[in-house]
Amino acid sequence: MVTYLIRRLFWLVPVLLTVSLVTFIIMHSAPGGPWDTSDERRQVDAATAKSLSAYYGLDKPMWRQFMAYVIGDTNSQTGKYVCGVICGNLGPSYRQRGRTVQDILFGAPEGKTFWQSRFGYSLRLGMMALSMAMLIGIPLGIIAALKQNTIVDYVALLIATSGISVPSFVLAIFFIIIFASKLHWVNILVDDWTQVKYWFMPMSVLGFGTMAFTARLTRSSMLEVMRQDYVRTARAKGLAERVVVMAHMFRNALIPVITILGPALAGLVTGSFIIETMFSFPGMGRAYVQAIGQRDYSMIMGTTVVYALLVAVANLSVDFIYVFVDPRIRLEE
Amino acid sequence: MTVASQPETHNIASLNAITTPSRSLGQEAWSRLIRNKASVVGMFIIGFFLFLAAFASVISPMDPLKLHSGKKFLPPPFDAGQTKIKSEAEFLLGTDSLGRDVMSRVIYGSRVSMAVGFLPTAIILLLGTTIGMTAGYLGGRADNILMRLTDVVYAFPDLLFFIIVMVALRDTFIGQMMNGLVLLFAALAIVNWVGVARLVRGQVLSLKQKEFVEAARCIGATDFRIMSSHILPNSLGPLIVSAAFQIPGLIITEAILGYLGVGLRPATDSTSFFITSWGTLMLDGQSAINSQPYLLLTPAICVALVVLAFTFLGDGLRDALDPRMRGTQ
Repeated sequence: MVTYLIRRLFWLVPVLLTVSLVTFIIMHSAPGGPWDTSDERRQVDAATAKSLSAYYGLDKPMWRQFMAYVIGDTNSQTGKYVCGVICGNLGPSYRQRGRTVQDILFGAPEGKTFWQSRFGYSLRLGMMALSMAMLIGIPLGIIAALKQNTIVDYVALLIATSGISVPSFVLAIFFIIIFASKLHWVNILVDDWTQVKYWFMPMSVLGFGTMAFTARLTRSSMLEVMRQDYVRTARAKGLAERVVVMAHMFRNALIPVITILGPALAGLVTGSFIIETMFSFPGMGRAYVQAIGQRDYSMIMGTTVVYALLVAVANLSVDFIYVFVDPRIRLEE
Repeated sequence: MTVASQPETHNIASLNAITTPSRSLGQEAWSRLIRNKASVVGMFIIGFFLFLAAFASVISPMDPLKLHSGKKFLPPPFDAGQTKIKSEAEFLLGTDSLGRDVMSRVIYGSRVSMAVGFLPTAIILLLGTTIGMTAGYLGGRADNILMRLTDVVYAFPDLLFFIIVMVALRDTFIGQMMNGLVLLFAALAIVNWVGVARLVRGQVLSLKQKEFVEAARCIGATDFRIMSSHILPNSLGPLIVSAAFQIPGLIITEAILGYLGVGLRPATDSTSFFITSWGTLMLDGQSAINSQPYLLLTPAICVALVVLAFTFLGDGLRDALDPRMRGTQ
């Protein structure tokens, strides 16, 4: 078991390396350099572009650039060794001069905590959406399973099915038009995200899909547990129905739900860029979309690597959590 | 699933035989599918949008590219909106920022969504099935490489991959073909075949152990024949179901990319087949959310409808093709 987990942990390295290599190759196969601005803007002149390329090390051969990105390289001007991604250095941003990518993503404004950084904002939004999804989704799934094939079950299933299939940005459009444009209940052009009430809209839009998925997962998991022998035994012992449901069914049915927590959070944090853009939310996702618009290659690459790391670690967490939550798996080995 | 009629000589067997006329597996599945109301509704919706896509040039009331000067942001006749601009009856859903008819543009947009839904799926199924079957049947090193590859692809946030590809290769030769659709198809296929390959591999691994495969091998069937006429037909069910669930994902991806401005390039000449897409329309609509919400709302409703339709159809197909799975999801 332990060797299996260690092997899984080491497997992260080639995965992340491949992800960064693929991103690197695609970004560098783009025609034109990173200094070409959009057609309507003034182009960077040749001499400036050359010195910029030299400054960012883009005049070196491709493999060397990639090695420099991952492991690090000596700076051609100062001669000092600069560490790469493995030290957490995602390189300088091409568009926001003087700032590194990790500074843009993880650095908080002067005098603020980590939670005020772009990543912190996204993480908070993701955690709020996840909490909402769990607090509504799990009870919904349990009720649907306990009342299987009744109208309650069908309504819950309908909500769950539509919530899973309708993408969050379409939902966001509906929400914005109904609550902001027609009813004027909420303001979507917020610039002060310190007030918690503004978080409600993006949180509910972002968490809705996960909520629906959780409800469906809890329901099917409950239905499976309900048919188990130990549940019948518990009933035969004459335990109160409340005890049977909470202690015997709920606890076991929750195992698959707990294991998806990690991937769900990663999915919410990495999948929020479109919602963040729609609500002008100051998170990592909007920074990513802005970087796309500005063709800030190093920013796009850095964010992709961070996203990939998040997803990979989250997927890995499933294996680890399972071992702790479900003793049966530990015994099997 | 069908019970073959037994010879007359076996009396007990003939008593047990079911007297309904024997039907093929496909017929059985079809009759189960059309009994499922949700999936029939789903099929009708998909059929409707396919019809719109195919005959967009005939159905759409106006030229989707014609700029009606002085008629910008007209609200639709049934909802005057909050602006003071008066609606005109001929623009059923109003006009956009350049005075183009929203209704016609949405109808033309269905073309892209349908194409994105079906064409890459065909490539994905072909590629995924071939590779999955080969890896599952041969096993060993080929299988190992495939599984490692799928691990990597699964770790890659796929939407980010599409965005990167679309941004970086936009101005290349392939990025220019069909307003960028060819590149989009290729990117979608590259990521998604892996899931199909994994599914088929799993099917092959379990079917390989079955008695009928052993029997076929005993009578000297070649590997190719075993794969094509024994294993493939038996893994078709899960494949069809996975395709039905794959399509809405592709349509959503296209809409997101269009919305981010890295999807299809909106065409300006009327000769091109793909004029605009729902995602691109939503991008246009985002800036005019108060003056013309229907530019944003209509494509959003269309995406939601199509995606729901495919989900219902997929659920129905899963129940119809594999009755054992019924009610467990």
